[in-house]
Order: sequence, then C-alpha cells, then structure tokens
Amino acid sequence: MKALLSWLREFAPLDADPHAIGDALGALGTPVEEMLRIGHGLDGIVVARVLDLRAHPQADRIQLVDVDAGDGEALQICCGAFNMTVGDLVPLATIGTTMPNGLEIARRKLRGEWSNGMLCSPPELGLPGDPGGILVLGDGHRTGTPLRDALGLEEDVLYDLEINPNRPDAMSVAGLARDLAAHFKVPFSLPAPDISGVATGDAVTSLLTVENLAPDLCGRFTARVLQGVSVGPSDRRIASRLTLMGMRPINNVVDVSNYVMLELGQPSHPYDLARVAGGGLRVRRAKDGERLVTLDDVERTFTGDDLLICNGNDVPDGVGGIMGGASSEISEATTDVLVEMAWFQPMAIAKSSRRLGIRSEASARFEKGCDPEVIELAQARFIELLGSGVGRVANGMIDVTGELPPTPTVRLRTSRVNGMLGTSIERNEITALLEPIGFATRPEGDDLDVTIPSWRPDSATEIDVIEEVGRHYGYARIGSLVPPAVHFGALSERQADRRAVRDVLVGLGLSEALPMPFLAPDDVARAELPYDVITITNPLIADESVMRPSLLPGLLKTIAYNESHRSAGVSLFELGHIFRVPAQSQPLPDEREHVAIALAGAEAPDAVALWEALADAIAVPDRALMAAAAPGMHPTRTATITVAGETLGSVGEVHPRVLDAFGVSERVAWFEIDLGRLLDLPHGSRPYKRISRFPSSDIDLAFETPDEVPAAAVADAIRSGAGELLVLLEPFDVYRGTGVADGHRSLAFRLRLQAGDRTLTDAEIADVRDRTIATVTAATGASLRS
Amino acid sequence: MIDEIERIAAEGEQRFAGASTLDELRTIDVELLGKRSELSAVKQKLGSLEPDERRTIGRAVNDARTRLEAAAAARRATLEAADLDAQLEAERLDLTELAHTTGRTRRYGHKHLVTQAQERLENVFIGLGFTIAEGPEIEDDFHNFGALNFPTGHPARDMYDTLYLDYGEPGTTLLRTHTSPVQIRVMQNMPPPIYMIMPGRVYRQDTADATHMPVFHQIEGLVIDKGITFAHLAGTIDAFSKAFFGGDFASRLRPAYFPFTEPSAEFDILRPDGSYMELGGCGMVHPNVLQNCGIDPEEWQGFAFGFGIDRFAKERHGVDDLRDLFSNDIRFLEQF
Repeated sequence: MKALLSWLREFAPLDADPHAIGDALGALGTPVEEMLRIGHGLDGIVVARVLDLRAHPQADRIQLVDVDAGDGEALQICCGAFNMTVGDLVPLATIGTTMPNGLEIARRKLRGEWSNGMLCSPPELGLPGDPGGILVLGDGHRTGTPLRDALGLEEDVLYDLEINPNRPDAMSVAGLARDLAAHFKVPFSLPAPDISGVATGDAVTSLLTVENLAPDLCGRFTARVLQGVSVGPSDRRIASRLTLMGMRPINNVVDVSNYVMLELGQPSHPYDLARVAGGGLRVRRAKDGERLVTLDDVERTFTGDDLLICNGNDVPDGVGGIMGGASSEISEATTDVLVEMAWFQPMAIAKSSRRLGIRSEASARFEKGCDPEVIELAQARFIELLGSGVGRVANGMIDVTGELPPTPTVRLRTSRVNGMLGTSIERNEITALLEPIGFATRPEGDDLDVTIPSWRPDSATEIDVIEEVGRHYGYARIGSLVPPAVHFGALSERQADRRAVRDVLVGLGLSEALPMPFLAPDDVARAELPYDVITITNPLIADESVMRPSLLPGLLKTIAYNESHRSAGVSLFELGHIFRVPAQSQPLPDEREHVAIALAGAEAPDAVALWEALADAIAVPDRALMAAAAPGMHPTRTATITVAGETLGSVGEVHPRVLDAFGVSERVAWFEIDLGRLLDLPHGSRPYKRISRFPSSDIDLAFETPDEVPAAAVADAIRSGAGELLVLLEPFDVYRGTGVADGHRSLAFRLRLQAGDRTLTDAEIADVRDRTIATVTAATGASLRS
Repeated sequence: MIDEIERIAAEGEQRFAGASTLDELRTIDVELLGKRSELSAVKQKLGSLEPDERRTIGRAVNDARTRLEAAAAARRATLEAADLDAQLEAERLDLTELAHTTGRTRRYGHKHLVTQAQERLENVFIGLGFTIAEGPEIEDDFHNFGALNFPTGHPARDMYDTLYLDYGEPGTTLLRTHTSPVQIRVMQNMPPPIYMIMPGRVYRQDTADATHMPVFHQIEGLVIDKGITFAHLAGTIDAFSKAFFGGDFASRLRPAYFPFTEPSAEFDILRPDGSYMELGGCGMVHPNVLQNCGIDPEEWQGFAFGFGIDRFAKERHGVDDLRDLFSNDIRFLEQF
C-alpha cells in the first residue's frame, strides 16, 4: 500500500516532519519500505515533444532524439532509452537544470554528437516507475510547460508501506490517517461529500433491479446510477495521485472508482448501464464449469464456490469482488453509469482469487475484509469526485443485504490489559487510546465494554483489543523485564551426545556437509536402496520430488560434486533426518535421525575405525560388527553394526556399481547408523576402574584361523577365556603365507594380564594362557601357532 | 710422600681436563681413580705408617681423590654438554619444509556453518535459562497450522508456500514450514512452566536464490508461565541481543501480525552505530493456541519468538549468496 503525505493530511493535521510520520507508521505496525520525496528539484524540467528519432552514428546504446521544447525548434538530445516514438510528450531537463539527485545538466558531446539536455526516466524525477525508460506523458500538455504543472505535482512524500493481513483498515489512505491522527493526538475526520448541487435523475429502482441469490457470500450489494455522464480524461490532480500510487489513469469514471478505493478502502465497479442486459443484476454462485472472459481478456472457468455478478438475463458479467467482465466496460460512448459497491465474504474471495489466480486491488481488500458501513459515504464520494462529469444522479440507492458479520462488543478487563502487556495503564487511559481509532468504550466497573468498529473485522476478542491498546500505547513504552522465575538451561543428554558425535568426527578430520533432503526419483534406485519413499505432492522441480530414505545418495552426490571440482579425497559426515514409508500404518511417516560418514579414497577399515571412535566417544557398550551384505554396499567389505543385539546400520565401503552410478571415481569408505535409536539404547556409562599398583605381564598368542572365522570372534573367545585378569588385548599381526594353510591366516594378539590386588605368579599366567588357548580352539576352530 | 700425592693430584687434574671424549675420560678415570691407580697404591701403604703420619698422609690422599673426582665430573659435564649440542645440531630440521608433507598433516574437520551458528545460539539461550526441544520435519496440518490458529482456508496460510507430501489424506501431511509446530508438541506434552527453544530445519516451496532456499533453518523460543507479560518478551529479546551480539546492542519491537501470537511484533536488533537489522517475529502466545494445547489461558500466559539461523551463518562471515552455504564444496566447508 502506498500513501501520499498530502492525501493523509486531508484527513488530519499531521504537522510532524515526513520522517517522524514514517517512524510513526512503523511504530503503528505499517512499516515504511520506501519513502520518496516527490516534486523536489524539478525546476528547469519541461514538457517536450519527440520530433524525430535517429540512430547515433557512433553508438548502439544511444539514439539521437530531436525534441520541441516549446519554441518550435528541433533540439538534439542523446538518449539511452528507446521506449518513445515520434509524437510522444516527454520530460526534458534543460541546460542548467539541477536534477533531484544533484546532477547538473550541461550541453555536452556524447561520442561526437551534441546533447542539449536530458530526457528523464521516472526515478530520475523522484517518481515511481521503470528506470529503464523515459517517462512518456499522456496527451493534452503544451510543450514547454513546466513538468511540475503538467503533472500537477506538488512537493509531496510518497510512503510505500507493508500492510499486515490483519489490518484491512490500513489499505486505505483514510484508515492510515486515522491511525496516525490517534498516534499524534490530533483530530481526524472523514470526507463529507456534498452532492446536493448535482441534479436528480430518474428513480434508481426504475432503472434496474438487483437480486442477491448468494446472501452468504455477498453481505451487501449497493448500486447507484449516474446519468448523462461524460467520459473523458480525469482531473489532473486525480490522475497524478493515481499515477503516484501506482495505478494507470484510464478515464474519469474508472479513475474515480480507483481513487475512492485508495482513499476509503471501498472497491467499486462501474458498469455501462446501457450494456447491462435484462434490466438489472443478479448476484449468484457460479455453476460448475461456467465460463466468462474477464477484463484482462482471459477466459475463466468457475466452480460453485465462485461468486458471479450476472445481468438480468443471468449471463455472467463479472467475478464478484475480484474482476469485472469485458461486456459492460465503461467506454467513451457510455452515458449512464451503474456504480456497484458491495461487501463480499472475505474467505470466499480469498479462495476464489487463489483458485482463479487473479489478484486485483479489489480482491486484496475484499479478502481481508472491507467496511460494510463505509459504502454510503463511498458512493457519495464517487459522485462528488466525478464532479461536472455527472449530469444527473438517479434518485436513491439500491441496497440489497445478505449476511453481514456482527459487530461484536467485547469486555475488556483493565487487569487483563496490564497483565498481558506488563503495564499499569488506567481504565480512562485505555479509553483515551481506543476511542480515537473508533473503538467505542463504555465503563463497566474497573473494566470497559468495547464495541469494535465495522472497519476492523480482524478484531473480535479481548486479546485483539489488548493488541490495539498496546499498539497505541506504544511498544517502545512498554517496559523490558527478564522473566522472574528461576529456571535452568542445559543441553539434554541426547543433545550433548549429538554434539559429542560431531566433535569426535570433526576432531578426526571430517567436515560436516548439509545436502538437501530432497532427491530425484531415480536417485534411490541408483543407490540400490530398497526403501519405499515419501514423495512430495507439489515439488518445485522433479529432481527434488522425493524425501531421502538414507543419507547415502546425498553424500555421494556431494563427493561427485567435489571430485568434479578437483577436490579428491574429501572426508565428510552428516547428521540428518531420513524419511521412509512406515511398515505399519501410523499418522506420520517413519522419520529417523541418522549419522553417516563418507571418506573418498579410503577403504573399509578407515570407516570401521571412525565408527569405533564415535562409539567410544559416547560409550556404546555391547557393540559388534558382523560381516553381512547391506543395500548399496560393497558385498565383501561390509559389516552390519549391532548394538545390544539390534542392527543399527552398516559399515564398510560403497558398492562400486553405486559409485559408478553417481559418477564417483574414488573408493568410498562409509557408515550410516540410526543415531536416534543408538542414543535411545543404554550408553554413556563409564564406571571407574581402579588402576592396579601391581606389575602386569604380557603374553603373545598367534592363532591359525580359517578365513571365514571373523577376527572379532577370536578376540571374543580370548576375552572370554582369559577372564578378568585380561586388562588389554591388542591384535598386532595378520599373516598369510608359508607355514599357514591355504584359506587360513595367522592372527596374533598381545594379552596384558594384571590383577588389582597382587603380583601374578608364573603359574597363574600359565593357567590363563592355557585356558585362553582352549577356549579359542573350542569356540572358533583355530589352532595355536607355535 | 705429601709431595708425591700433590704431584698425583695436580697431574691428574690436568689429565682429566685434557680428556677430549667421554670414552677417554672413562679410561683416565680407571687409571687415576681405579684400584690400580697410583693413589690407591699410596693408600695401601698407609697401614705401614706411624699413626700421626698415617693421619696426615691419609687426609692428603682423600683430598687428592676429591680433587680428582671433581675434575672428572667437571670435564664429564662439559663433554656431555658438547655431545648433546652435537646431537641436537645433527637433528636440525627445516620445519617449513616438512610441515605440509603428505601423511604428516593432522587436519581438524569443520562443523557446517549452520551448525556452528545454531550451537552458538543454543549456548546463549541455555545461558538465559532455556532448554532445547525438537520435533519431526514432516508434520500434520494440525500441528503446522490448525493448532497455531490458522483456520482452514485462512489467507495467512498464503504467507507460507507449503510443500505437501503424498501421505495419508491429500493435503494433511506436509514438510513443516516453520519450527512452531514444535511449540504445539511441547505444550501438549509437558505442563508449564516452559522455557524452551526449538531449532530446526524447515521447508518452503521456494526457488533457490541468493537469499532464499527451499530448505532452511529456524530457531524459536517459547515461554509459558504465570504472570508472563509482553514486557518479559521485550526483556528476553533484549537480553538475547546483548548476550549474542554484545552489551552495546539493543532491540526494539514493532507491531506485526502472526495468527499464533497476539499482540504480535517484529523485532529488530539495534547496532551501536544506530543502524538496525530486522531479525524475526514474536508475540504473546494467542489464547486460542494455549487452549488448543489444553492450557488454560486465564492461568498461564507466555510469549514466543523466532528467527532464521542461516542468515546469521551467512552474515557472520560475509557469505553473500545463501546457495554457497549449501553447496557442500569442501573449499567452502573448510573455510570456517
């Protein structure tokens, strides 16, 4: 929404300087996105007519323009814009002009051609508009006229405001002025149009009838008829204001319709009465599949939730509250104008406008909720502004009502106001804050009964009114306190563990990647993952239409990206959510937090070492690796990770076929586990073990083991055989070759034995050695190498 | 005999001083102080002397021995120091030559910038007495919109370009558009008082450009307690501004609109130079939202606030394009 300071001042004596008014608009919840000073520094800029356009002999991006600046002579200008044609009226900054931005215009040569001034774009003049083109003025101006006079520009300030959806009143200049007047504590008054001087025409009821067949969607429908209208260009002041507000002047009738909407927030629709067939209008729901060509020349198809304004023959003429039709458009031949002003159900307009893909200035206001009670004033204002363009005004106004929302009265507890805002405002002060913005109050003991004004449909409950009190009391005046209660902040165990996982991986040299959780549909198949995926109903692009069921595809794409940018050997990790179709029906999909690592150019043992480091960092007990195939993984270099007997993921290398499918040329060591589940399982316990003061003894044992027996099984057997005297077990050699049978290898371990309460005797050590060998032999079929 | 002893001591001192290696020193040591040394020989003769003379000569022998031992120790210290110097010199390295040799490097990894920003924000709020809550990224309509006071068809839903999922009834399952559904889950599952923040990933149907991503990160806070007012909201925002940015920063609130808070505000961070940065939205939790979560709005009141995390990550290091933040280019990740 834009607002001109001069226009705001028509409703209230807002004397504060433009910056203070801008600040006030922000403090009231209508922040200024841009503030433009209009009409400053336009001395020396005049209206000129384009006489001739020629190519510049030395330059492509500049053309030569001959203009007549009022003296009938051709004046050559070099110009970088190409949007004008011969005969156009354009603004010329003459030699000696100082532009609003301080630039001084002098006679100068551009690539060998003289330029005797400058043709101006709207921003160069401090006006809103396209900086790439020259401002082309409408017809009817004399050449040589100062631009300020031609445009009817006064020195003014244009605010471009952001309006929140709960402030339909702020979508009108009058509404903004009401809020500002209350803020600055100055009087506010709406216009009081005087149309007594306009001749009275026929009785409006003799000219048309209006039928409202959809009272739930159309709460009020009014029509006035203006007779003997002369359609032509608007009053310069109206056209100028519309231009500044970002609307194109069309003709006096359409312009006044827009002007009234901007001023009072009430959209209207003018019809050429002669072209409304059937003697009137019918407001009704569309039939499913019904069609109409709207004013923008697009054929629209409707459903039963859309509201149509039809002529007396039930032929659709426009879409209620959204856009008119072409058939009854105002033209120069129009003499009798039917002015529709209505109130439409906001939610219905919002839905129709969204479904039809039409957003108009009218629909933007109707969908937020217009003031059903401003219509009489707006109709009168329409007539007043059209002025001498109106011959006679038909007697009376057709006013058909439907269902209008009630105007609620709300009990406002003074204690609640202060309890919510943290203030100590007295009842009378609350009254003084609310009355100027139209919230009528009546004392009820310490409290107030507040009647919500018809232009604030967003406001309906006590808390809504408290917000108004806060807004006009001033957020900046409300104090600033830290909450009083004693409470303690901390990371939960899970959050601390998650940080520990990140810390250990970062400490071991991995960097954290954050790929998008979206995948292309074929990514899952390329990664050879067997999961049923969740798909996005309305993806922006097909390549991002599936939610990842694993972190694998995203990290492989990341490695491929880095390889393609000559970064080989990257070490990455990711903590993130994965999404799968659940095995059993449940309200939401199966969503889990996973952690994965991907080491480009590394082999499976590196991934195992990282998994062990991670597990150590958060003290995961009872964990094991078991050689097993896993989706997308290298068939002979993968193990599943189990914790407390539950499979949580896998570790090893990515399958070369999958790597190839993702364009990754290096090997990739990998693990991915269900971190959420891991952290659900018992972990983190580290009871103190007293460090023995007695000497320890080492024994080395090498076992010849069939290849299919995992080293982990041998180590487990050693632990079980050696018992509690074993304080350290280290594998130190793997040997295949002479002296070891085919299909076997020798696994050598160093066992450190120690007791907490004594020095071990040779006999005890020998005993442990024997028991260990016996256990390993029995459990794994390995034999001791001597 | 005294003269003889003096000669042995004086000559011996010179011998020790002249030793040029530790090996030579050891040889001299054996020769002059060992069992077969001249001094030992003199000592063996003591038994045959008269008591008075034995005492005198004995003392002289001991003195001579002490002198020789001192001379040996002094020379040993000198030679050992020289040896160490020689060894250290032999170990000389050009550290700049070896520092970057492959295989020797120990490189620290890097947390993602967004994680770094999130953890810093979490730490500040923990310091302010908050705990952290989390929730799913896939949500239902009720938690993402309905419970937050967005009725079906409400135009305010247009503020969010929602990505819906093919799951359950059409239009019921979605990628959360904000972290606010976690508020609902917290209020449904734990009785007040509540002092929590809720960081996380959120989604919008938005084309990626320099300032927008379809996936980004937010953090929001929720306080529900007895007697909590708008002034406490302002105080908390201000405390955060000072704790996170510095004591000379301040904050201000401006009226705004969100369906789930009322009164609502946008909050700006005021820099010491007088400029400000628009940060996020906040407000008093709407009574309807409390009611939707089974909390009596006449008994409990509270506020909520929220803002984007990615912008912090981006602006702290002068990253000018949000897409770079998510390129996962190692040359980017390793900068921070």
